[in-house]
Amino acid sequence: MAFAYPFGNRRSRKFPGGVHPHGCESSKSLTSGKAFEAAPIPDRLIIPLSQHIGAPCVCLVKAGDTVNLGQMIGETSAFVSAPVHASASGRVLSVAPCMLPNGVSVPSVIIDNDYEDRWDPSIAPDPDVAQREPQVLIARVRAAGIVGMGGAAFPTAVKLTVPQGKSIDTLIINGVECEPYLTVDHRLMLERTGDLIDGAKLAQRIVNAKRLVFGIEANKPDAIAAVRKAAGDKAEVVELPVRYPQGGEKQLIYALTGRSVPLGGLPSAIGAAVLNISTTIEISHALRTGRPLIERGITVSGLVREPKNLTARIGTPLVDLIEYCGGLREETGKIILGGPMMGIALNRLEVPLTKNSSGLLAVGGESIAPDETPCIRCGRCTRSCPMRLQPAIIDAYARKRMWEEVGANGVLNCIECGVCTYVCPAKRQLTQMCRVGKKMAAPFVKRAQGAEPTSKKKA
Amino acid sequence: MAKRWNASSSPHWRDASSTASLMRDVCVALIPALGFSVWYFGRQALTVIIVCVLSSVAAEYLYQRHAKKPVRVNDWSAVVTGLLLAMNLPPTAPWWMCAIGSAIAIILIKQIFGGIGQNFLNPALGARTILMISWATLMTATVVGRGSGEALDAVSQATSVDALTQATPLALSLVNSRSPYTASQLFLGTVPGMLGETSKLALLIGGAYLLVRRVITWHIPVTFILTVFVLFLIQTGTVWEDGSSQSALYQTLSGGLILSAFFMATDYVTSPITPLGKAIMGVGCGLILWVIRAFNPSYPEGCSFAILFMNLLTPLINRAFRPIWFGETKAGEVKGGA
Repeated sequence: MAFAYPFGNRRSRKFPGGVHPHGCESSKSLTSGKAFEAAPIPDRLIIPLSQHIGAPCVCLVKAGDTVNLGQMIGETSAFVSAPVHASASGRVLSVAPCMLPNGVSVPSVIIDNDYEDRWDPSIAPDPDVAQREPQVLIARVRAAGIVGMGGAAFPTAVKLTVPQGKSIDTLIINGVECEPYLTVDHRLMLERTGDLIDGAKLAQRIVNAKRLVFGIEANKPDAIAAVRKAAGDKAEVVELPVRYPQGGEKQLIYALTGRSVPLGGLPSAIGAAVLNISTTIEISHALRTGRPLIERGITVSGLVREPKNLTARIGTPLVDLIEYCGGLREETGKIILGGPMMGIALNRLEVPLTKNSSGLLAVGGESIAPDETPCIRCGRCTRSCPMRLQPAIIDAYARKRMWEEVGANGVLNCIECGVCTYVCPAKRQLTQMCRVGKKMAAPFVKRAQGAEPTSKKKA
Repeated sequence: MAKRWNASSSPHWRDASSTASLMRDVCVALIPALGFSVWYFGRQALTVIIVCVLSSVAAEYLYQRHAKKPVRVNDWSAVVTGLLLAMNLPPTAPWWMCAIGSAIAIILIKQIFGGIGQNFLNPALGARTILMISWATLMTATVVGRGSGEALDAVSQATSVDALTQATPLALSLVNSRSPYTASQLFLGTVPGMLGETSKLALLIGGAYLLVRRVITWHIPVTFILTVFVLFLIQTGTVWEDGSSQSALYQTLSGGLILSAFFMATDYVTSPITPLGKAIMGVGCGLILWVIRAFNPSYPEGCSFAILFMNLLTPLINRAFRPIWFGETKAGEVKGGA
């Protein structure tokens, strides 16, 4: 594959569009200097059986069962899926539908904690990881329930499985963390640098990539220095200019390699794979210790009384994390799971922490969507869109329910980064209309592609 | 029951700019040119400006109230329309013509088609053109400003035009191959003309402000002005050369070109969205302006018509030149690289 991008001089490309959200650095400074604290394990944990993209798990336990810490409680034979594990030892109270943060109700295992933290006897460290075949390691990553922990929750084992006829020459570790407020990856790069490099090297061996590249934004100089020092000559560490949404998979690949993922394609189509920082550390942890994904780091910040970086068990009610951080200040107008650009606003706090939640933010009333005014066609959304779509045009068609036109304007390529709504002076909900458009236009686009499978004509 | 929070969709952060802040920026950018016109043309210019702004805002308010639409006068867009209309009227325009022009711009051209964001013509230029057709004499007469007496005396002798209401540099170019004005007069604006178009210096300061504040991009102004300059340079082969009124610099600094390039052609609603589209708009405006100025002996100025024509083409340009989507290549093809 023709490839000639100068990694050596640590330069990067500017991906199309993007913004620098205001207050990006000041919001991160609330927690960027604070080491992780372990949040208390709650009396009762709610563990959803579907925390990932792909098939939901089948429940392996029933009410009244005793479970051990790290015991697999949900599994499926589907390829695109990830099992779930008990994140505390105790007794299964019930298996019942529970509300996820995104408002969807899914079957969940509710465990009453016995506070013994009794590890499952099947779990044992593996001293011979270095000798294992990639296939064995992929199976273990899957068994550990690892998913993309940056937000997408795509099963990591699937990502590490190189498709037939494809090869991956570049493994990218995503240390961009471009969302305001979030400092989880920043702190992990400082506090668990060794595990991070180890996980990256293991993943590099699994996908058989020649290059291993860390992409880290320039507003984390201490993390860049730490990773550079630990990586030595084992990996390249590229300092990226601060620009949202650089942490987007396609944007980061372009910034670091100059290659763009073809529309509708996966990174493997251009020989690249991207792993999040938390995910990479979890790969090392799971393969070395045999322990599955049962806890994760999360930034609890904004208008909580004591902003913190926490490690918390999966299934911990979010309200507990807020309480542990001193509770909400009175000005709080909105609670966000994730970052302010892409996170989900929570209608209520009695929902469990899932594998892909990297931030829990309390923000003021100004974050509530303002009233929309008419589009003035200033073109800012078009200039800022990292996928080079025209959100205002998609928005106009979507509001007239002209879904075929919505699809013809490329809505399916939207990554829902939120930049269009962020920059819109008319305060229109462009991202939301693109989201709706993606759902509604998908059948039309499929039909059109079926009619002329090879052509991707301009609309 | 536990508290239920607002769950409006992401993103939860917004940029501080708003329609009103963009429009206010345009008003700020117009201050140098407006200030110059009041200094140069005197109180009658101030009257034109005030009447245009007040009647534009009033027309917007009354129409929206009457049509039972949300009243949006606080978005400042009617103020901008009023100011831009004033800049495109002669300083001698009677108050009733200013009021009628404002009503045409706001009601006939903007609101009838759906209000802000929906008009297919630039409101101020549309109204100016209708006034031009309706009251041609009032619209073409311009007054002597302060400090240009000597040059104008010379002109009036040469052209036998009444010295009190003077023909513009471009009107003179039709009858006179030598410019009576120096380049610095044209640049500073001490020449007859429409209220806001004379001082290129003041307009460039305002244009630079719009560029710095990122209210507009460079594409339309630069391509528009450059096209006019280059076409006249090719046609006459002279940049200035002792003030030939067909020379490239004379034509660039005369009439409404600078005003139009920075403030009229860049109107969001009626100009293309993408950089390529904007460049096409700019070149197209320049081309049409050149054709009108160079080949139409009865009509010395063509900025309004050039822009209005390109306004009409804007939807087609938007449709024909959408951006190439990120990653829009044949599957497997590697884009970029070195």
